[in-house]
Amino acid sequence: MFVENCEQVTCRLFKSGAGEFIFSEVMDLKELLSGNEAIARGAYEAGVTVAAAYPGTPSTEILENFSRYPGVYAEWAPNEKVALEVGIGASLAGARTLVAMKHVGVNVAADPLLTFAYTGVNGGFVLVSADDPGMHSSQNEQDNRHYARFAKIPLLEPGDSQEAKEMVGLALDISEQFDTPVMLRTTTRVAHSQGLVEIGGRSPRELRPYKKDPQKYLMVPAFARLRRNALEKRLALLKEYAEKSPLNFIEWRDKSIGVITSGISYQYVREALPEASVLKLGMTNPLPEAVIRRFAAGVKRLIVVEELEPFIQDQVSAMGIAATGKGFIPNSGELDTGILARKFSEAGILKPPVKTAAEGSARPEAPAAPGRPPVMCPGCPHRGLFYALKKLKLTVTGDIGCYTLSGLPPLEAMDCCICMGASIGAAHGVSKANPAMSGSTVAVIGDSTFLHSGVTGLLNMVYNNGSGTVIILDNRTTAMTGHQHHPGTGSTLMGTAAPAVDLETLVQALGVKRVRVVNPLDLAKTQAVLREETTAGEPSVVISRCPCVLLTRAAKPAVRVEKDKCIGCKVCIQLGCPSISMQDRKALVDPVSCTGCGLCVQVCQEGALVKGGDADA
Amino acid sequence: MLKPVDILMVGVGGQGTILASKILARAALETGYDIKVSEIHGMAQRGGSVVTQVRLGEKVFSPLIPAGGADVVLAFEKLEGLRLMPFLKPDGAMIINEQEIPPVPVLVGAAEYPADIIEYIRSAARHVVAVDALAVAEKCGNVKAANVVLLGVMARRLPFAREVWERALAGCVPAKLLEVNKAAFAAGYEYKGI
Repeated sequence: MFVENCEQVTCRLFKSGAGEFIFSEVMDLKELLSGNEAIARGAYEAGVTVAAAYPGTPSTEILENFSRYPGVYAEWAPNEKVALEVGIGASLAGARTLVAMKHVGVNVAADPLLTFAYTGVNGGFVLVSADDPGMHSSQNEQDNRHYARFAKIPLLEPGDSQEAKEMVGLALDISEQFDTPVMLRTTTRVAHSQGLVEIGGRSPRELRPYKKDPQKYLMVPAFARLRRNALEKRLALLKEYAEKSPLNFIEWRDKSIGVITSGISYQYVREALPEASVLKLGMTNPLPEAVIRRFAAGVKRLIVVEELEPFIQDQVSAMGIAATGKGFIPNSGELDTGILARKFSEAGILKPPVKTAAEGSARPEAPAAPGRPPVMCPGCPHRGLFYALKKLKLTVTGDIGCYTLSGLPPLEAMDCCICMGASIGAAHGVSKANPAMSGSTVAVIGDSTFLHSGVTGLLNMVYNNGSGTVIILDNRTTAMTGHQHHPGTGSTLMGTAAPAVDLETLVQALGVKRVRVVNPLDLAKTQAVLREETTAGEPSVVISRCPCVLLTRAAKPAVRVEKDKCIGCKVCIQLGCPSISMQDRKALVDPVSCTGCGLCVQVCQEGALVKGGDADA
Repeated sequence: MLKPVDILMVGVGGQGTILASKILARAALETGYDIKVSEIHGMAQRGGSVVTQVRLGEKVFSPLIPAGGADVVLAFEKLEGLRLMPFLKPDGAMIINEQEIPPVPVLVGAAEYPADIIEYIRSAARHVVAVDALAVAEKCGNVKAANVVLLGVMARRLPFAREVWERALAGCVPAKLLEVNKAAFAAGYEYKGI
């Protein structure tokens, strides 16, 4: 934390909706915060008392940070739908509430979201959707701004940490003023970039009184029809608000080019086109049509710059205003200043950059740089399970977690990965379509993912007389996102002890009669159990149980190589362990990173790899 | 008017790039810069490349450094330095650790670790400092302080006072590790490489 030099006097720029600048001198405290830390701070300052989430990059740190503030309650829900429903209840009870999730999490929570838009709120409610353009840690790069339009709720898009903090408070004000949930949509570069943020105090809020009101909250058809009308009325009021909101402001500069932009794209536009006039939209649903028309009329050429889909541009075009943007700006991946400069220059809007003599002279050709894909850690228990699956030549329907990395070389032991919880339904579908595959197809799913959305898939497999094998990779944590607790770990986000669900009892209650538990670091036993269960002809669950190696950090002595026995066969290399390499045609084990898990000792047929601490042979 | 400085730090998960960027940001903050720092989380613990972008200036908009825009690339690992060469300004400085961490494609024999990285970088970049930071850190008493050695090498080339750096260091590392980190920083700061 950067709280030194706290009494800085700075000159801060406020921008009004009319595009004029107001200067005000304020005494303030600035800290370098990531967008996620700023959102947590903003929620704390704005009096949020309840927050819920399921971890997902790039949203996870919001709840982790928020939970550390005094006087608040925060929890990990088993999935995003439950998190949102907890948030709906908290709002109903009158609390200011925040619910956070990654973009694909909103798919899971979409069902309550679209009807919550009808009921509206009691306490202010903000839903943070953290999108991932460029798919740094995601399976797709869907543009969740469409959800706000789909649900007909207000949408705010911060472009840096300061805005992220301020917009949380504004979102809650809008929520209470217009009786609606509000979406705050960030992207990876806002969520995970740090910038200076002015820190304020907390404005405590009393719970708003709860009043029973079935016509507002009980969405049966007769009442939902009433709320459907209320939704349209509210949207019209929100349009008026958007026209006057300081969230949407014009910076008049050179009027030959005018750019409409939002979120992180604003930062790239200010660098790539420093002279252009800019309409920065902080509120992008509903759009401020009159402001857009005024801006368009004031510039010669109108361009919309936004990451991913032409969300703003299509609506501007539908207003009958001539605008370009997605014609030459990519609609996939992240933007940056360099991409914009190049695309604007290719489109003839910017002059091509003048190269200096030094830039003009090309560098010599670089040697090829091999990639560095993420890999399972040394000692990762998943490695043993996937090595066994590969040996048995099984078709593996996969799921979301660290273990998805097993699909990459050298293990290549996973056939598909779609979304959270999909593995079990997919395995069941495979065997129903082609019974010949049923004895050779397994589903793999992590413990946190199973509790997120795998339970219903397994229930379905049992109910519909499936005969698949489901392997629960129980590493006792939500590892991929940084070791968050879940209903099976025995602890909560706030650090209190909690009942831990018993996976064996749970799956038995769903009707699974064959439940086996293996330690995946015991290869022979694991393979034997997998062979038995896949040929059993009835639903079975194998719980592959061993805590994440990063969680325990209880390393045993490193494995040693007896070089005279090593024949250079590279069988150990096929484990894909970053601690093992070849040097002079012999295996080499890095003693610093090796955790002594012993998998390589088990696969070596020559006895050349020896457990550390064992006597010399 | 503070001159903008764009710094890319790159390494492999676990090498301590994040601590180095924290110390840098703290020093920059005390010097009065506006700052943006961008990191990609998620895969860092899984042995992938870790890139931290630090942008300093009077007013910084984008958190991202465009290709060809980095004044300094601080590479904690040789191959990662090579990979980020396209980001280095023609007159920028590459500070590169001589440590090699072979990625899995190299470990499994699907690719070769390039043999001549430092030679290439010397031929392609105007200013290059190559350091065996592990060896320097070991002499200072803890091999894990290699990140602070590298930070020290960079520090002398940035427009902050040495005392500012030392205060930032003291503010970011635990008290019991301060002495070894101070020694590592000094060894880097006074490193006579070319």
